[in-house]
Formats: sequence, structure tokens, C-alpha cells
Amino acid sequence: MIECRRAALRWPGAPVQPGETRNVRTKLRWVLALAGVTLLLSACGLSDPSQSTFEPAGPVAQKQKDLFLGVFWVAVAVFILVEGGIVLIMVRYRHRKGRERMPLQTHGHTRLEIGWTILPTLVLAGVMVPTVGLLWDLARDPGREALQITVEGHQWWWGFVYTDLKTTYGDQGPITTADVMVIPEDTDVWLTLTTAGGGARDANGVPDFEVVHSFWVPQLGGAQDVVPNRVNHLLLHGSEPGTYEGQCKEFCGLQHGLMKLRVVVLAADEWESWVQNQSTFAVAPTDEQAERGLGIFMEDRASGAGSCVSCHSIGGLATGGAAGPNLTHFADPTHSCFAGCTWDTSDLEALRTWLRDPDAARLGSKMPNYQLTEEEIDDLIALLTSLE
Amino acid sequence: MATLDVAAGRERGILRRPMATEGFWSWFTTVDHKKIGILYGLAAFVFFIVGGLEALLIRAQLVGPDGTLLNADQYNQIFTMHGITMIFLFVMPMSAAFFNYMIPLMIGARDVAFPRLNAYSYWAFAAGGLFLYSSFFLGGAPNGGWFGYAPNSTTDPTPGMTFYALGLIITGISSAAGAVNLAITVINMRAPGMSLFRMPVFVWMGLVVQFLLVFALPIITVALFELLFDRRWGTRFFDPTAGGEPLLWQHMFWLFGHPEVYILILPAFGIVSEILPVFSRKPLFGYQFVVFSGIAIGFIGFGVWAHHMFAAGLGPVANTAFGVTTAIIGVPTGIKIFNWMGTMYGGDIRFHTPMMYAIGAVAMFVIGGLSGVTHAIVPSDYQQTDTYYIVAHFHYVIFGGGVFAIFGGLYYWWPKVFARKLGEGIGKLQFWILFVGFNLTFGPMHILGLYGMIRRTYTYPASLGLTFWNQVATVGAFLIALSVLVFLVNVVRTHTKPKGLAHEDPWDARTLEWTTSCPPPHYNFEEIPTVHALDEFWHRKYVEDERSRRLVPAQAGAAGDHGHEGGGHSIHLPGPSFWPLVAAAGLPIMAYGVIYSWWLLAAGVLVALTGFYGWALEPSVAEE
Repeated sequence: MIECRRAALRWPGAPVQPGETRNVRTKLRWVLALAGVTLLLSACGLSDPSQSTFEPAGPVAQKQKDLFLGVFWVAVAVFILVEGGIVLIMVRYRHRKGRERMPLQTHGHTRLEIGWTILPTLVLAGVMVPTVGLLWDLARDPGREALQITVEGHQWWWGFVYTDLKTTYGDQGPITTADVMVIPEDTDVWLTLTTAGGGARDANGVPDFEVVHSFWVPQLGGAQDVVPNRVNHLLLHGSEPGTYEGQCKEFCGLQHGLMKLRVVVLAADEWESWVQNQSTFAVAPTDEQAERGLGIFMEDRASGAGSCVSCHSIGGLATGGAAGPNLTHFADPTHSCFAGCTWDTSDLEALRTWLRDPDAARLGSKMPNYQLTEEEIDDLIALLTSLE
Repeated sequence: MATLDVAAGRERGILRRPMATEGFWSWFTTVDHKKIGILYGLAAFVFFIVGGLEALLIRAQLVGPDGTLLNADQYNQIFTMHGITMIFLFVMPMSAAFFNYMIPLMIGARDVAFPRLNAYSYWAFAAGGLFLYSSFFLGGAPNGGWFGYAPNSTTDPTPGMTFYALGLIITGISSAAGAVNLAITVINMRAPGMSLFRMPVFVWMGLVVQFLLVFALPIITVALFELLFDRRWGTRFFDPTAGGEPLLWQHMFWLFGHPEVYILILPAFGIVSEILPVFSRKPLFGYQFVVFSGIAIGFIGFGVWAHHMFAAGLGPVANTAFGVTTAIIGVPTGIKIFNWMGTMYGGDIRFHTPMMYAIGAVAMFVIGGLSGVTHAIVPSDYQQTDTYYIVAHFHYVIFGGGVFAIFGGLYYWWPKVFARKLGEGIGKLQFWILFVGFNLTFGPMHILGLYGMIRRTYTYPASLGLTFWNQVATVGAFLIALSVLVFLVNVVRTHTKPKGLAHEDPWDARTLEWTTSCPPPHYNFEEIPTVHALDEFWHRKYVEDERSRRLVPAQAGAAGDHGHEGGGHSIHLPGPSFWPLVAAAGLPIMAYGVIYSWWLLAAGVLVALTGFYGWALEPSVAEE
């Protein structure tokens, strides 16, 4: 019953009447023209993407892109085969007016069907070979030579702890930054993604960063989730000095869309001096305004509402909590953005708006509004911009 | 049917037994699978429009960088409700609408196995949908995504995710009841001769979907209860600060969530498998292959869930395993595509509106399937996961495959249900607007994702170069809206014309539902048909020469039961009843009680129990 006549399956060679085809051909030409226009338009869209998976700046992202493109072209071939087949069948076997034809009642063709079960299986098996290879390649631990950085996901900003690079002040803790991760060129970086220091709760008793995030800097490599109670790892490697955009990829609440970061890849000598600068503490403010700023930073706001230092630390000057970004080198040139990379650090007007009312500047912000006066804000900005 | 002591039943009842089978109020008491199917379809379409408006808000927000139409809070509510609405309140109930109306007709039954349970399913779904939407007025809609990842979903201070947990538990009760009902209907109530392998593929896919529901729903229900308890009563299933496990939620959610994808798409496969043979005037190519690949998809669908979690840190062993299973599930899916092409090959293809949608569904699903294979490529999925590339992928599957097929099904079965054919010209116009709009909306999203646009973001900066394709997608979204508007115009225009069809079998169809009148009488068939072959109705009309496989029209009169109307007096069918509605009404009251007050919860339980008792004590067949 399943067997059909071989004849019914042979592609019919008989051409269609010339008069009939023209109409169809014109239509096909229109479709092709449309496809061409679409391709042209897609070229227009290619204006300086800085978070694109197509512009890898390191071997991890490069390998991922190559693998994707390999599979992409296989998919394109299948696409052309199948969609082309559908269009050809539609054109060839369309009903023509005034021509009553009862088609052959083919019920199936077992060998053919087994064939199109095996063929895709083989194609997919072929695709899976490099996939599994790269999967295991990326999962390898590069060992202790790699730069170790612990990445902390907070609502809604990123913290970076350079566990092997100690500071020279206080209790010689590790170098700690926020929003911008600085790494040396051509070095394996082994990220430990965790919620270390967790358990902190905001004023409402809501856990601070105990939700799932995902760390993603596409030009350097694919994403890895930051899951509370788990320690995940990610291998990154930047081949070219530059600044690369990234952001949290796993929905993490209100400001998920603005939980961004930057990775700065530095050449070897610049890296040395960066580490040198970071490992020493911020110089105590010398001008009067910044000194007043430090006072405001430390001063308890009315009725036990805490102060800046409750959540932020300035290494060597103000030892405080870790619920907010570490501000020791806020004005370091590499620290080009702040508050989840929502604004550029150079944008002092944004900084002012942020300090005036964090919740209005970025809805749901966990930084409390201390009702700072404009003068107090001026002083704080003077302090922050002095922290190179 | 057994005679019951009707008088005694009436004495026990609180409410007078409704008798009307027509008129406005009959819609609230009906237990007729056809009316319930229409109710399902209508409600689902309303939710489709609401979910579509939410999609338009999303696209309007993202039309340019730094959009300010919605703030972060509003956006999160809107995108969450868009997902919940389209999945749980549109595609699932719309599939239920088709199953409800068509499965009994296609297998030659007079109704589903449990008609009152069927009504209960519908009212529970309606109650769940309304309950979910009431959250907008009661402190905020769900805002943690349809996937509700804990602990973000358990710690959010607004009540939205409590509504999410309770609302989905209610719609889950609806789906579970419906699934049991339809599965038993298919297994037990087929007409004589309707062996399993004479069932239309649509019925087969329906059966597979009901089993998927029966096995997948308990998992999500457990997860939702745990979420609810974490939120409401301080349990710590997912609280990492107290040793809870956030990944537990992800495993349970996707262990349900991936079969759910097939719950959404297999009905569409069924519809396509009905439409293509009719309009190619050929039997489905490789019926057994199509059926078995559907069953295989059902099984393998339970073994791929962790491909939603490749970046969660499960380790290379798990990622390898789930990458491989994800690739494997592409095989049975591919088989269906080839078999559909084989069906059209050599046919006499008539491009009526249903056929255009069916072919469109196949063509668009191919794109979604191919991008799906790229998700099995684990290392590159680390890049694409949670970007707009994924959004593009699943919209090509669920919209391109699912919604196109749903529209195809609507055009195809509209004459059956309403005895009116939807306008063909305007239907084709709608198809082309939808086709262009759909591709303009979701095609560019592949590019956006690869350029680094993350999902679920209410904003993006101008510097990332994402603006152009976002603008294109927004234009496309409004074209989709236009096409839905055209569809509604088509419906209104069609229904201003008098009822009646030139021919009760307008498409020269193949299956049993077309052997009865349009619309079918409430008892479906004057006489239960006896089935002799797959595509029974076709074989009553045409005789196939076994050797040449040429068709000749069957002898006049063999075409079956047409035109024998006005009978059915001796057929006993379950009478209308208020009780399923009452029992279902208890569910949202209980749910509000969970949020607001123990008293309300008790009242809800009381209403539900009253409903169930009334239901149990009422004879199923009303007094004549």
C-alpha cells in the first residue's frame, strides 16, 4: 500500500506551456528582486556594532563565530534545497484552470522516507562533531597561569575581584573594581562567576544580588550564568587591546536592560601600570571641596539611614560595605562608565542626576536617595573625580 | 443510554436545570463539544488580540534607542504578559478549540468522553485568564518573564508573580482536565472501523499533545506551588540564602517548558497534515512516517530541556548530552517537512486560502527549525542564548509554524462550523500582509541577536547600531496587526451574508467531519458512521484503482450521510448544566483567597465543592 509507482516520483521533464510560465517567472523575478533589496538593506544596518558576535576580538569568540558560520552555511544549503523544492513543487503542480486532472494517489515510498530519515541524521551527526570538540575545548581549566578574576553579579551592576592581585593598603585585600573589567592582552582569563559576599539585603530585606545573572561580552566569548549557590567558570581571552561592551543576559529584574559592563583589554606595559595604580590606594583629597566630599561620604545621614560608606568603599580612605561598587579608583581612565554602565563617567551631568535621585535616574535603583543638596553633590563629585 | 431517575435528580438540585440549547444563556451551560470549541476559539482569539496589543507596545518601545514609551517596570509586565498570553491563553486554548470541535467529528463520535468536564475545562481556562489579567488592577501584572526564573520571581516585591503562579495553576487544571478528556475520547470513542491507523493525522497529533500535557503539567504544577509557597508562606525551595536551589526551578520549568513547545506546535502539524492532502488532492505522503515522527517528537521532547540552560553551568557532559538530543529531535521534525513536500509533489495544488496558510506554515517552520538546529551547537549557543536570535527562532516556530497553521485551520474549517466560507480574496490579501509583516518583524531579529541585542531589555543604546533593524521589526509588527484587522473584517463581512453553503463539502475533503451537515447537528451524526479506510470520506466519493492509483468517482449515493437532517430524536446526549461553570468559578476565588484572605479561600473552596456536588448529583442526561 505504501509503495508507489516509480514513475510518479520522477521529476517530470515535460516543460510547461510557454504562455503559462511567463506569469510565474515574472512573479519569481519579483521575489528575487525583493530578496536582493533585503540583502542590500541588511548591509545598511551594519553600522559600527560594538557588541556583535561577528566581530570577535579573541580566540574564544572567534571559534564560536567560525562554528556558527560553518553550521549557518549548512543551514543555508538545506534552506535553499527545501524552500526551493517547495516553490518548484508549487509552480509545477499548481492547478490550472480548465484542466481537470486527478493526480496519482501515491501513499508513500518507504525507501525514500528511510532515505530522508538517514540523510538529516548524517548531516546533524557531522555538525555535532566539531560542536562537541569545541564544547570540551572551552570547558578546560587553563590552570594557575591564567589571570583569576571573581565576577559578582549584583542588581544591577557587575563587581570584579582580582583574587591573585593584592593591594598594598589596609589588610592587603584583592584589587576590586566595578562596571569595567580590565584584563591584559593575550592572556587567558579564568573567571569565577559567583555571588561571593552574598546574603546582603537591601533596606526592604530583599536579597541584594541573590538572583541569576549571565555574564556576556560577545566580542570575547559566549555567556555564562551567574547562579546563586553555584560556582561557574568562564574562559576569556582578549587578543587585541580595546574596549568591549557586554551586559547581563539573564533576566534579573527591573533594570536587567541596564546591567551592562565594559571589558578593557590593555597592552602588557599599560596593564602593568594599571595594576600598579590599582594596588595602591586613592590619594587623600587635597582640595577643600573634595575633602568636604569625603566628609559627606562618611557622615551618617539623618536618623540612622546609613551613609555612602555603608555600601561603598574607597580603599585607604573609607573602609565600608561591599553592597555597592568599590569606588577606590572611580576616576581611573579605564573606569569609563558607572552605575551598571548606564552612563559614561565623563558625563558629570549624569553623575549629578544620579546622585540627586537614584530612583528617578534609574527606576528601582537600590541606592537610597539621601536628599543631598546641590552643594553636597558638588562636593561628592569633586571627591569622586579625584579618585584616580 | 441508561435511564436515570430524573425527578430525584431535580429535587436534589439547587439551581433549576437549564434546558435551552440555544440563545445567549445556553453558552454558559452548554456541554456540547462544538459550542465549547467555539467558546474556546473566541476567547483564545480575544487573548490573541490582547497579546498582540502588548506586542505592539513592545515594538513601539523598541522602535528607537532609549525608548521612553514604557518604563522598565511597565515593560517587564508587558513582555511577561505577552508571553504568558500567547502561550497559555492563545495557542493552547486555540488548539483546544480545534481539538474540541474536530476530534469527535473526525473519529465519528457524538461528543467527547466527559462533556461536563469539557465545559469545566473551558470555564477554568477563562477564569484563569481573567484572573491573570486582573493583576493589572491589583498591584501589578507578573513581571518576571513567562519562565519566571527563581529567585528573581520569588523575591520581587510586587504581587505579579503570585498571580502568575496561581493563574498558571488554574489554566493548568483546565489543560489537565481537557487532556484526560480528549485522550480518552480518542482512545475509547472512535466509530466502528476507525482503527488507530485510520485516524486523521490531526487526531493523532491531538492524542500525542494530550499525553504530553498529562505528563508535563504535573511538573510545572509542582514548580508553581513551590514558587507560590516561597512567595506567600516563606518556604525556601528556591532561596539561595537558606540553601534553596535556583536551578531546581529552571530544571522543573524547562522539563515542562520544552514539551510545552511541542504542545504548541504539534496541533499545527496536525492542521497542516489535513490541509495539504485536501488541496493537493492526494493522500498524505507516508502517513505512518508522519504519525510515528509525531510520536517520536513527543518522546524526545522530554529529553532536551537543558538546551535552555546551556549557559547555566551544568558542565560539559550535560551540555554534550543535551546538545546531541537537541540535534536528534531535528530528525523527526525534518521527516514531516519532507513528507509534506512529498504530499504536494505530483498533486493538483489548489491555492485556496487554507492551502496558502498551510504552505506558509511549512515554509516558515523550516526557517525556525534550521535556526533551532543552531541551538544544538552548544558553544555558539553560549553567544546566541538570551538574545533576539532566540526570539526570532521561536517566533518562526510558534508564529510562523503555529499561527499560520491556525489561520489555515480557521479558513479551512470555518464553513464546517458556521456554514459560511470566509472571503477568499480578502483571505489571500490577509495572507500576504501577514507573510510580509511576519518576516519583516522576526527576520531582522536574527540579525539583532547576532549583533548583540539581548532579550527582555526595555532599552538599548544608539551606539550598538541596532536601531535600523528594530525599526524594520516595528513596521513589520504593525503589518501583522493590520493583517489581523483584515481577518476581522473578513469575519464580519462573511457573517453579514446569509448562512448557507453551495456545497456542504466545499473543499472536496477527505475526512469524516465533512460527512455530516454544516454546521453539524448537536448529535453530530444521524447514524454513527462505519469506517473502512484512512480518508474514509474521500474513499466514499472516489474509488482508487489499486493498480494504477487513478481515481474514479464512486457510484452516486455512496458519498454518505448528507442531507438526512431533522432526525436525531432518539439520540440521548448530556443535557446542559450550570455546575461546571460553578465549580470552575471556585478556582479564581480560591486564588484571590490565597493572596488576600483565608475567608475568601474558604469561600472559594465552598463554591467549588458546591459545583462538584451539584455536578455529581445531577443526572448527565436531562429530562426529555
